[in-house]
Amino acid sequence: MNLFARLLAISRRKSPWIYTVNSGSCNGCDIEIGPCVSPRYDGEQLGMLRQGSPKHADILVVTGTMTRRSREAVMSIYAQMPGPKAVVAIGSCPASGNVFAGSPVVDGPLDSFIPVDVWVSGCPPRPQLILEGVAQAAQLLADGKTAYQKKKAQSC
Amino acid sequence: MLMEFWQYAFEMLVWPGIIGAAALGFFYLWIARKLIARLQGRKGPPFYQPFFDFVKLLGKDTVISQGVSPALFYMLPFLSLLATGFGLMIVPVPGHTVGSFPGDIVLLLYLLEVPVICDVMAGYVSKSIYGQVSAMREAVMSLAYNLPLLAAVIALAQSVGSFRISDLQAAPYGLVTGLAVIAFFVAIPARLKSNPFSIPNAEQEIVAGAHIEYNSAPLAIFELSHAMEVVLLFDTFFVLFVPRLSNPIANAVLYLAVGLGLIALVTLVAATTARLTVKRAFRFYWLWGGLAATAAMVVAVIG
Repeated sequence: MNLFARLLAISRRKSPWIYTVNSGSCNGCDIEIGPCVSPRYDGEQLGMLRQGSPKHADILVVTGTMTRRSREAVMSIYAQMPGPKAVVAIGSCPASGNVFAGSPVVDGPLDSFIPVDVWVSGCPPRPQLILEGVAQAAQLLADGKTAYQKKKAQSC
Repeated sequence: MLMEFWQYAFEMLVWPGIIGAAALGFFYLWIARKLIARLQGRKGPPFYQPFFDFVKLLGKDTVISQGVSPALFYMLPFLSLLATGFGLMIVPVPGHTVGSFPGDIVLLLYLLEVPVICDVMAGYVSKSIYGQVSAMREAVMSLAYNLPLLAAVIALAQSVGSFRISDLQAAPYGLVTGLAVIAFFVAIPARLKSNPFSIPNAEQEIVAGAHIEYNSAPLAIFELSHAMEVVLLFDTFFVLFVPRLSNPIANAVLYLAVGLGLIALVTLVAATTARLTVKRAFRFYWLWGGLAATAAMVVAVIG
């Protein structure tokens, strides 16, 4: 590994910029994401910043079940993010549909549409867990082990 | 001849040019972020944060939206960086060796304006509605804060009778200098797009400002250029209003102290105020900034 690659790996670990998207959540997880940047939990210590545009973000944070109405939007946002990128799914809903499982407007687990790297469990998960999930995703980005990076390495 | 070339190359690339100014600019940006975090009761980012953000952005893939000209998309950040680099080269900060020439303050003011024009164009080039709103706001703000900023410098030049930085630096203090300091200082927050004048890059309001469609390396270059702009603006303040000490070490210490004082003041203002609307900001600059500037001009012409 040359010097720039090593520096880049450290930078990716130290500077996770996130973009949050609500794909049909009850807003419980979104409320828990807010405190991650507030004085009590202060994600900026990890270098975490919430970005307004998916083009500036490294990590896509998805909350809620994948509803039919939001499927296209989530996939488009994922496609707009410049690589390498990671996806963190917050709460039980993206994984299983939670209490909404079986509903005709819910489209199944998130990872059947976009590759998910870290699952954060809970309904809703505590802010500490969300921060840990983001930190794990940043570590995966640094190691080159996210689903996106693996796929890219295979296709090359 | 060759010697001179290397001297200029060093000035441009190392100090006071790109590398030195980038390091200093990242340091100032870190101070601003840390200070805001401390004022909000947070711990704030670690020391190396702006640098790691920059390197991370350099290492990402670039996404260019459909219908955007790639040539313009890549050119604008570098144009902004180059203009700032040249600007840094002609300001006589400590450690600077290139001589002053007549009219260099005019050139400096033009170079200071190039990054703003690049931002405005970046907003329009992006084809994003938010980028265009931001570009429009930035153009209006540029009209607003340039009145006190330019008038301050012109009043100083009028009282000294020269458009040369070294003459302005050697000028004795007077009422004109005092009024010009006020006019210039008032323009700094708007020039750096910090609160209450964070109107062009208003987060939460118009998403991410003119750089909304920028990503990866071009965005990194824009960030770098912004860091260097901070240094260039503080350099300009330093050479115009702070006396030059004869001891080089004392001069360098004074230079750093002035920079730190300015960034602390700007951050304090940013942390304690809310964003104004374009109309109010414009009125503020053309009324109070304009008053200070007119007073400076009148004193310069009469006295």
